[in-house]
Amino acid sequence: MNASYYLFLAALLFTIGALGVLLRRNAILVFMSVELMLNSVNLTLVTFSRINGTLDGQIMAFFVMVVAAAEVVIGLAIIMSIFRTRRSASVDDANLLKY
Amino acid sequence: MTAAPVLAAASTSISTGETITFWVLGPLAVIAAVMMVLSRNAVHAALFLAGVMLSLAGLYAAEDAPFLAAVQVIVYTGAVLMLFLFVLMLVGVDSSDSLIETLRGQRLAAFVLGLGFALLLVSAIASGTGDGGGAGLKDANAEGNVVGIARLLFTKYVFAFEITSALLITAALGAMVLAHKEKPASAMTQREMARARFSGNHPWPLPGPGVFALRDSAATPSLLPDGSEAPGSVDPALSGEHVGDQGGSVHHR
Repeated sequence: MNASYYLFLAALLFTIGALGVLLRRNAILVFMSVELMLNSVNLTLVTFSRINGTLDGQIMAFFVMVVAAAEVVIGLAIIMSIFRTRRSASVDDANLLKY
Repeated sequence: MTAAPVLAAASTSISTGETITFWVLGPLAVIAAVMMVLSRNAVHAALFLAGVMLSLAGLYAAEDAPFLAAVQVIVYTGAVLMLFLFVLMLVGVDSSDSLIETLRGQRLAAFVLGLGFALLLVSAIASGTGDGGGAGLKDANAEGNVVGIARLLFTKYVFAFEITSALLITAALGAMVLAHKEKPASAMTQREMARARFSGNHPWPLPGPGVFALRDSAATPSLLPDGSEAPGSVDPALSGEHVGDQGGSVHHR
């Protein structure tokens, strides 16, 4: 066991999240997968903080969490307003920008 | 200064307890993440995501980041996931995925891309990092993790911290603007409702549900004399016909 195992785990979680974004059609599930990717990057930052022996990585992870919270609020509000107008949360149905 | 690998300098060893924590929580996180991507039900996916986030909080605690572990539990599992669940309930749990592939071969391409991406990341990490636990946070956490983070946050990163407050206020305002719904100017009066009803093509009341005919659920349609279901006897929100066919339809003996 060494510290890079954490990095491997984070890489795996990031890949699973990316697959979720590519595979799912429901906007909320796509959004959850994005959250999973953000979380895995946080794990990477915390691990680098421990590898380098400074707390800057943890501060960075902290800021990622703050930005993620703001992003979730806005993203879910957008999904809700799209749902209100289109009666669907599927990413395939949000095609109004095309016309 | 020599170009040494990242982990070369004075590497600490990793304790047995941390190894055990990693091998318990790591697979749990991966399994929960896979289940999240694969589960049909959006609420189940949200709960699996909560599992991933709690496992990650445990890993943060194992990696000398107790403050981030607490923040992870409070902000992610407490606030963000509850927000997800609220919106799921507002949007309707039944609005699940359609399983139709809109782009042909997209799933196969996604799996191939994901496999390639994972291989790329794993090989890069394997070649870029060394053995051991790195420098460790013993010195940085000498006064305690929270004090160490506060010292950095309110000195070196104080400007970013201030900007964060502006971001959060903007996000809260934006969410209010986006989620706000204008009420109609005035509610319909009884006179207007009566007029609308009698000028439409359905002035008589809709048939009630067949509650006592078969079972005691308002989702039971009433039956016409020929045995067929009376249209309009069940509220469309209960029959689930317009929100997808997952478990909402009523079965008859």
